[in-house]
Amino acid sequence: MSIDLPYALTAEVTHRCPLHCPYCSNPLELQQRENELTTDEWLSVLEQAADLGVAQVHFTGGEPLLRQDLELLVRRAREAELYINLITSGVGLTEQRIRQLADAGIDSVQLSVQAASANLADSISGFRSHELKRQAAQLIRASGLPLNMNVVLHRANLHQIEEIIELCVQWGAQRLELANAQYYGWALHNVQQLLPRREQLEQAEADYARARERFRNQIELLWILPDYYEPFPKPCMGGWGKLSLTVAPDGRVLPCTASSEIRSLSFENVKQRELAWIWNHSPSFNAFRGSDWMSEPCRSCDRRELDYGGCRCQAFLLTGDARSADPVCKWSPHRDTITNRIRSIENLDDREPTYAYRGR
Amino acid sequence: MSAPALSDRPRLRSPGRMKYDKARQSELLLLPERVVELNEAAGVILRLCDGQRTIAQMIGELEATYVQTGLGDDIVEFISSAAERGWLELCP
Repeated sequence: MSIDLPYALTAEVTHRCPLHCPYCSNPLELQQRENELTTDEWLSVLEQAADLGVAQVHFTGGEPLLRQDLELLVRRAREAELYINLITSGVGLTEQRIRQLADAGIDSVQLSVQAASANLADSISGFRSHELKRQAAQLIRASGLPLNMNVVLHRANLHQIEEIIELCVQWGAQRLELANAQYYGWALHNVQQLLPRREQLEQAEADYARARERFRNQIELLWILPDYYEPFPKPCMGGWGKLSLTVAPDGRVLPCTASSEIRSLSFENVKQRELAWIWNHSPSFNAFRGSDWMSEPCRSCDRRELDYGGCRCQAFLLTGDARSADPVCKWSPHRDTITNRIRSIENLDDREPTYAYRGR
Repeated sequence: MSAPALSDRPRLRSPGRMKYDKARQSELLLLPERVVELNEAAGVILRLCDGQRTIAQMIGELEATYVQTGLGDDIVEFISSAAERGWLELCP
């Protein structure tokens, strides 16, 4: 089996974050500051990644701005000719900080937003963050860096989709990622509070189609499908160990940001192993490459090269076996775990959600 | 989008960047959310898109480098499709 070279590194430099979003993509078990890689360890990771073929690094967290050495890391990444994207909540950004980061070589910034109105946004993030984000967007634009934005869509904010797009246009975003919530980690923990009903989703899709026409040529929009309502699963990361890798705050190397929750795998750490060895030879990265690991219905399925059996993390979290078909698939014997969940929220009224906030 | 004119001066659209990747031995176009692995011809053409050279000058240079004539149509077609994908902007 031939092994591809990775294009992208997601550098989760910390799990610390001022926000408490109930759908956070970090694992339930958050790493403490004392477990974080040191500056020198991160510098080595960046160099090893560039040597391995990585061309793009996403600095994320938690909130990456909480690392005071971020400028140093960015500078080294730029020296290694990596394309640098900063993924941030915007909280804590100052005029001086964005100037330093731009000077160090950041290429683009992705700023998250939680909703169109401050009240709703702040109730989702569990922090008075909306106004700070508006200011951060201004600072980013004023620095000359391109601004991209993202919003996670769920039951409490889907009805604002058109206003959210309008707000991102007003804030000067070139591109907006509208990501329907994916249920791992904190989002799975909060799925009863987050999962929209089918008719809410249909309404949102109609709103989205209208907004796309209205704001055509003003902003690039990207719609991440709500996979629970799809007949087939999304492709796992474009292939497990195929396009990208993640380094977690403590140095563990993961095929995707959610995969630390697959308890049947153990993940190597950059403190013990070279990144290239981990990519090429570790049991975790080789676990789901190719199709030999598949069982039925994936093994003989025509779609196995399209979606690789779907998401391994979702398969593990919902079936207990990371080698089984993603239960989103209509041919999965576990599809009822999805349909039962959808049914269980059908008759919920729209009262205030009671989230288990991340990190509280 | 209208067809590019020979007097246009194409340049990479910000914030895109080119990188020669030693591991793959190929030119990459780096964009905020994706990386495009370019074939040799595409890499050579995009390297010339600096906002200074006109398309006519690029055709001249490439025909001289590769000691060939009649490359113009292919080059214009590539630049046109690259502009449509948002990789390039055409400056008059």
